[in-house]
Amino acid sequence: MSSTTATPAPAAKEETPFRRFVSEFAASRIALGGFVVFAIIVVLAVFAPWIAPQNPYDLGTIDIMDGRLEPGAVGGSGMTHWLGTDDQGRDMLSGILYGLRISLTVGAGSALIAGIVGASLGMLAAYAGGRTDSVIMRVVDLQLSFPTILAALMILAFLGKGIVNVVIALVIVEWAYYARTVRGSALVERRREYIEAAQCLALPTRRILFRHLLPNCLPPLIVVGTIQVARAIALEATLSFLGLGVPITEPSLGLLIANGYEYMLSGKYWISFYPGVALLITIVSINLMGDHLRDVLNPRLKK
Amino acid sequence: MRMTLAALALAGAMALPAQAQTLSMAVGAPVTSLDPHFHQLSPNNAVAAMVFDRLVNTDAQARMVPGLAESWSTVAPDTWEFRLRRGVKFHNGNDFTAEDVAFTIRRVPNVPNSPSSFAGFVRPIREVTIVDPHTIRFRTDGPYPLLPQDMTNVYILDRETHENAATEDFNAVRAAVGTGPFRVVSHRIGDRIEFARNDAYWGERPAWERVNYRMIVNDSARTAALLAGDVEFIDQVPTADLARLRGDARVAMSEVTGLRVIYLSLDHPREGASPFVTDNEGRPLERNPLRDLRVRRALSMAIDREAIVARVMEGAASPTGQFFPPGIFSYVPDLPPPRFDAEGARRLLAEAGFPQGFRITLHGPNDRYPNDGRIIQAIGQMWTRIGVRTAVEAQPWTTFVARAGRQEFSAFLIGWGSNPEGSHPLRNLVASFDASRGWGASNRGRYSNPQVDTLLTEALRTIDDRQREQILIRAQRMALEDVAIIPLHIQTNIWSMRRHLRHDARADELTRAQDIRPR
Amino acid sequence: MTVYLLRRLFQSLLVLVAMSIIVFVGVYAVGDPVEILISPDADQAERARAIVALGLDKPLWQQYLVFVQNALRGDLGRSFVYNEPALQLILQKMPATMELAFGATIFAILIGLPLGLYAGLHPDSPGAKAIMAGSILGFSLPTFWVGLMLIMVFAVQLGWLPSTGRGDTLWGWSFLTANGISHLILPSINLALFKISLVIRLTRSGVRETMLMDYVKFARAKGLSPARVTYVHVFKNILIPVVTVVGLELGSTIAFSVVTESVFAWPGMGKLIIDSINVLDRPVIVAYLMIIVLMFIVINLVVDIMYSVLDPRVRLEGQG
Repeated sequence: MSSTTATPAPAAKEETPFRRFVSEFAASRIALGGFVVFAIIVVLAVFAPWIAPQNPYDLGTIDIMDGRLEPGAVGGSGMTHWLGTDDQGRDMLSGILYGLRISLTVGAGSALIAGIVGASLGMLAAYAGGRTDSVIMRVVDLQLSFPTILAALMILAFLGKGIVNVVIALVIVEWAYYARTVRGSALVERRREYIEAAQCLALPTRRILFRHLLPNCLPPLIVVGTIQVARAIALEATLSFLGLGVPITEPSLGLLIANGYEYMLSGKYWISFYPGVALLITIVSINLMGDHLRDVLNPRLKK
Repeated sequence: MRMTLAALALAGAMALPAQAQTLSMAVGAPVTSLDPHFHQLSPNNAVAAMVFDRLVNTDAQARMVPGLAESWSTVAPDTWEFRLRRGVKFHNGNDFTAEDVAFTIRRVPNVPNSPSSFAGFVRPIREVTIVDPHTIRFRTDGPYPLLPQDMTNVYILDRETHENAATEDFNAVRAAVGTGPFRVVSHRIGDRIEFARNDAYWGERPAWERVNYRMIVNDSARTAALLAGDVEFIDQVPTADLARLRGDARVAMSEVTGLRVIYLSLDHPREGASPFVTDNEGRPLERNPLRDLRVRRALSMAIDREAIVARVMEGAASPTGQFFPPGIFSYVPDLPPPRFDAEGARRLLAEAGFPQGFRITLHGPNDRYPNDGRIIQAIGQMWTRIGVRTAVEAQPWTTFVARAGRQEFSAFLIGWGSNPEGSHPLRNLVASFDASRGWGASNRGRYSNPQVDTLLTEALRTIDDRQREQILIRAQRMALEDVAIIPLHIQTNIWSMRRHLRHDARADELTRAQDIRPR
Repeated sequence: MTVYLLRRLFQSLLVLVAMSIIVFVGVYAVGDPVEILISPDADQAERARAIVALGLDKPLWQQYLVFVQNALRGDLGRSFVYNEPALQLILQKMPATMELAFGATIFAILIGLPLGLYAGLHPDSPGAKAIMAGSILGFSLPTFWVGLMLIMVFAVQLGWLPSTGRGDTLWGWSFLTANGISHLILPSINLALFKISLVIRLTRSGVRETMLMDYVKFARAKGLSPARVTYVHVFKNILIPVVTVVGLELGSTIAFSVVTESVFAWPGMGKLIIDSINVLDRPVIVAYLMIIVLMFIVINLVVDIMYSVLDPRVRLEGQG
């Protein structure tokens, strides 16, 4: 227990927590590898319009006569489709690059917003207790029991279809997981001596919550967070599979996979295989970073 | 080597005679009830056609053939007489008589809580007269040529058995008693039904002693179940799997051109701005360009139907410019699918005052018809090429159909499964919306043409089939040359089965065990 | 304790009311059930009749009051589609989903716990790294896609297991027959995939943290055998998060078995609810959600109580 401290010990200038974090992070080759891969993916996604051989969202540039071409085949316009084309004649390589943008936005965006909302409410519930706790947790019950599909369908009906609306749907579906997790660990933490000490010092509630309670609830939050980024991306794919995802003319990785799924039995593997590989690499790199982040941030693992 | 294998397979087949008597099949749409008057829905009708009979049955080409009525004719301009089959018994041994028909006509409009009843098929009947136990007459308000056609939708029940039977009693099997080729053994809602052969059936004896009828809604799972041999027969074969199944030596296919047309519906009534049409800068247009016949024709000509059929539908459809495929009553003989002509389409647009085109959003469902979402994307490509920059929005049927019914869209894709009678699509899809007549209920684009309405009124009073067909052909041609709707293609119905089976493919999409036989 | 339970019960009731209102408004906003259920060639008179028959002609608040009146008498309404009592329809389908969810939980624990323990105890071994890398697959691959792959490999190619559907049942349960179990395996694994990864990760991080705790160090220093340290001291401590999550996940597994059930044509509640959503069968949707909410309330209550049993630092009376 002695290793658990409320705030990081005041450090010398050259040894700030941030620098220590960076150096520790860099020391792990796997985490660094994950970071490099993820950085490359982000760069590819951001610069997709300049890298991709085709604009897959412009119906005027794709031609169904080029539909379902094998990888390496040359389309009607003389363009070589290195990863083949989908059923609409959309170049898969371009589709994947653009799809990455959407999947990353949807996954990271929704996980981040849901994490902030969920963690704040979870901590508040655990810290305040009493009626606040009951209200928040009953809403969590309500939320967790609501099937994703129904929630998404309703949001679709209220707001119409679109990427932002998918993010909203995912946030509404996901925040409760963070709240539940954070509340669980905060409940344990808030009985510990350091919080009582902080309370005795009459520190403002917000300060106790965010400076003292939050860092100690972070490890499980990060476990859930990295899982949820991945899950949000996969969930978006499932929504697409059920016809509730992003617009069909602006496919995400998930929608590309869902689209190609129907062609798996007939051997046209590339329509869902390559987007699947892209999805996998993205998620693995996020998780490699997340795993290490968790170990670094966990105050209890400090030696 | 092959001979030996074949011999072994034959020996195997002969060693299991009992096995061959059981058929295991899977359908893609769930059956919601065993009450044949509860919910008018294709999967329900297919199962009803296995358990019950109609006065007038339909053959594989959807033509009327004698069912429980051996013949029918008009005995007065407003009276139809049906002469009933003798010696027919219900599954429980009760005799079938005219009393049962009269009872059925009474029950049809009075099924509690029915979400879609069969009442429309008996509403024209004003009076029922039992002439003798095997002759019955129906009097209608004036001449009504469609009564036999309507009777192909009404499944006959037994007065004694069903006097107080509720829908639940049918679902619980105890009231699922008909005159049809199969009786129901067990039923698990939305999952499976088990049938046994009715050995006393009056018609052709089915090949199967028992039938295991499963519902597998997911397309790929259904195909996989066939490939794995868990079921021997599936319907609604997804077009994506056609190539694979055709190349598999263990599997055979059966197919027929169906009666379901896929078409685009356009916003006709709005004179001012149409909700999803804008100019190229995204500003609403002052007038609705879709009211201009030249624009409608341009949009139709710009669509390469052959390409959609070949590339999107994988050949499982035929391009069309009308409601029916050739060979069906009231098919319009010299109305081929509009020829694909992008250049001509651009010219027409320029003539109509849109040399630079305009922008439009094309809506459609993404879970209703085969490849629906893909078809609208392909059309989006084609329209964009003639300068009509098209955005495409596909959504689940649940949200789509209500919005389409409220005229919220400018252009959308939808389908229509016809009865083989021209008045059916005309009355529902292009006749002016008129609640008092019951016309235009599915005319979601609100097309209206008084001349078409007049012709339809005339057709619906003409008993003579030849004359009526000519009037219907004229009415259809008039509406279609005015581009009331943009027909795209007529779907091909496809079934797939293990090699040892054969199947009579039906134009009406019904999947019934009596149509399947050992090869 | 009794006061606490009573209070929870009252709150739960509020949740149920809130839920039913949300569903009523939600379904109303999504679309019109009659448009979806009606035969396309029905005329306007028939459409009007159907609207009245399903009780949809009244204003929404009246429909809701009718629902509440009936619900108080234990009647949650009749399915628009099947004309059967919604509650009965769901209860009929419940065993199928229950056994699927339990099957998945069993797989998750049987596979996840040992792998997670190993990965936590030997974090730097190649085996542990392989396990962790593999666990990422579990939640990055879309369930529907893995489901189809399982069918393709084990049913179509190898022919070891049946592709879809539920097998023979005994007293309504399929795990009591050999045929039933063979049908249960693939969908259970499909549903378990995400949970296996979750359990592996939770166990591993729990083990790693606990190993550094003073009392474990102390136990080691005392000279207890490594096995005893692992299985008594470490194991006991990591059980809390695992119990929480597995408990929580059991509920969400049942609620989210929708995809697995539709890929495997598994006749459970998940398939019923997705079918019902597709046709806006409101009575079934409402009844289903009421049951699921109730289940979550119970699960959360049990998890909270188990918290207090497993970890005396958490006292139930303190919260409420």
